[in-house]
Amino acid sequence: MRIHDALSGLLLALLAVAILVTVSQYPPIPGQNVGPSAFPGLVAMLLLGCSLLLIWRGLRGERMPLVVMGAWTRSTPHLINFLLVIASLLFYIFCSTFLGFIITGVLILAVLFYALGVRQVLVLPIAIIATLVIHTVFYKFLRVPLPWGLLQGLHW
Amino acid sequence: MDLLTLAAAAAKLVFDPYVLVVMVGAAAFGLFVGAIPGLTATMATALLVPITFFMPPVPAVAAIVTATAMAIFSGDIPGALLRIPGTPASAAYTDEAYQMTLKGQSEQALGAGLVFSAIGGLFGTAVLIAAAPALAEIALKFSSFEYFWLVILGLSAAVFIGSNSVLKAIIALLIGLLVGCVGLDNPGGYPRFTFGNTELMGGISMIPMMVGMFAISEILRFVVNTDPPARVLVQRLGNVFAGMWALTKKYPTQILRGSVLGTAVGIMPGAGADMASWMSYALSKKLSKEPEKFGTGHVEGIVESGAANNSALGGAWIPALVFGIPGDSITAIAIGVLYLKGLNPGPTLFLNSPENVYAIFLVFIVANIIMVPLGWLAIRLSTNILRVPGNILMPIILLFCAVGAFAINNTVFGVTITLAFGLLAYVMEENGFPVAPAILGVVLGTMLEENFVTSMIKANGNPLVFFERPISASLGVLTIIILFWPLATWLVRRLRARPVY
Repeated sequence: MRIHDALSGLLLALLAVAILVTVSQYPPIPGQNVGPSAFPGLVAMLLLGCSLLLIWRGLRGERMPLVVMGAWTRSTPHLINFLLVIASLLFYIFCSTFLGFIITGVLILAVLFYALGVRQVLVLPIAIIATLVIHTVFYKFLRVPLPWGLLQGLHW
Repeated sequence: MDLLTLAAAAAKLVFDPYVLVVMVGAAAFGLFVGAIPGLTATMATALLVPITFFMPPVPAVAAIVTATAMAIFSGDIPGALLRIPGTPASAAYTDEAYQMTLKGQSEQALGAGLVFSAIGGLFGTAVLIAAAPALAEIALKFSSFEYFWLVILGLSAAVFIGSNSVLKAIIALLIGLLVGCVGLDNPGGYPRFTFGNTELMGGISMIPMMVGMFAISEILRFVVNTDPPARVLVQRLGNVFAGMWALTKKYPTQILRGSVLGTAVGIMPGAGADMASWMSYALSKKLSKEPEKFGTGHVEGIVESGAANNSALGGAWIPALVFGIPGDSITAIAIGVLYLKGLNPGPTLFLNSPENVYAIFLVFIVANIIMVPLGWLAIRLSTNILRVPGNILMPIILLFCAVGAFAINNTVFGVTITLAFGLLAYVMEENGFPVAPAILGVVLGTMLEENFVTSMIKANGNPLVFFERPISASLGVLTIIILFWPLATWLVRRLRARPVY
């Protein structure tokens, strides 16, 4: 996904302005002229300057659409792959505590393997083995309290 | 403590069975990750960090040093066999190595990569051992003014070296600095940009962020890659060490030049092994007696830039250990690990725990030596490693990233950070914003702000104080020259281009 320089400059300029407004409300340190707002304020000013320069350069540069999507966005399988990677992490964030690490891990791996075209007989076995290996490394050796979730009764 | 007792103490720390096992494991991991196209040395480091988080300081650092040294070498393997560099540091001479493979000389290409990587790595280590303690003595006299200029100098070097668009590099850096501002860790102890979220009070956790920027973005690039998979030129590899002695005798200047240039580039903030290898290859071609052979499967450039990219690793650790200023994205991650382990980089590290510093030196030496047998093994197994299918590997890495990000604070918020920064890094790279300056910005942001605020308070409104002390004045002038150099050359060009009436 390529974004036109003028558009990314505009977005960055808006970000810089939002930061400047936010830091202007930070309380000063009594008796000091530099407080918590000084440094982010300065950086945001520089960012504003740079984004204006980027807009100017983008407008003078070659003509291109505001957003050019990569070749892969026109290929449904690749688009699905991209969304699946993001969805897997979101699934982990929202469901791993309830489902437990092992169920979450096997589900994520199985879906991704399937989408990426791993031979179907191998999908589940590899998903299960890989999840158990990662679980053993982190839970047993590194003592990370990975959630058991639904499998609480089975924990080992 | 005198040097001998220090060396003995360091040896005791390093030649511990646990540390050695960690090093061999990290070496195998580094060789594997480096040899798989699409998995970089930086990614190897980022993936290791969640594991090193649970180790004592010396094995943690040992794991990172060993894995990166191996990954930088093993990036040569797919370069020679598939014409795809395993890591960006091998990209400079990938075509050359592949041409050698086509001529049936792949063992010589890989052997040269291995042997001269180890020599370059040892050279960089020697410079690190000689220079770091001496520099630390000087750095002890530094006040906030010197540190302020030093950080600015480091950041401007990161912006101006190795980016196609300086403007975009500056923007990436500023975004990194702003990310570093999140949380309570600031002069007023005021919660900045936390949006009322308690998890953001402590700032954005460095490890989940780096896992996102270096691993998730790479996975995203893999799953949308529409290129057909490359085919391995399967052939039997002969003895990779044959003829290496002859090459050493034939190209001593090239080896030395590559090592010196690599170390120097490594020391410069923002430029790492990949930059060293490109510059070295170009220099080798320029100064070669037979430049016309370059690009046709000629080993000379591989010898020189193979030495350069590994020597850059040692060089990059000099500013990292002495000033806490990373020389590249790998040391940026390593600095994060040092802080987590209570080994805050800076000159006081050399005073308070010199045995740890010397242990790091020793780790560098051991890593570069075990690289030779383990690298030989990796080359032997290379055709098998290259057959590991990416569609099985990448999802497993994704799950590993999620667990690693979770493990740092035991909350899924780490995974959220990983996802957010993975997407950010992906979009940034697609649009020509380099990621390395952003990482340096985050790592150095707190240090820069601290020294900036302290200096401002000391200066009490008089900016000239920033130039009052001799070192601070020279650093300041140097920084200003670097910062205004592009502007000055642009102005000169404009004035020259103006027609004369």
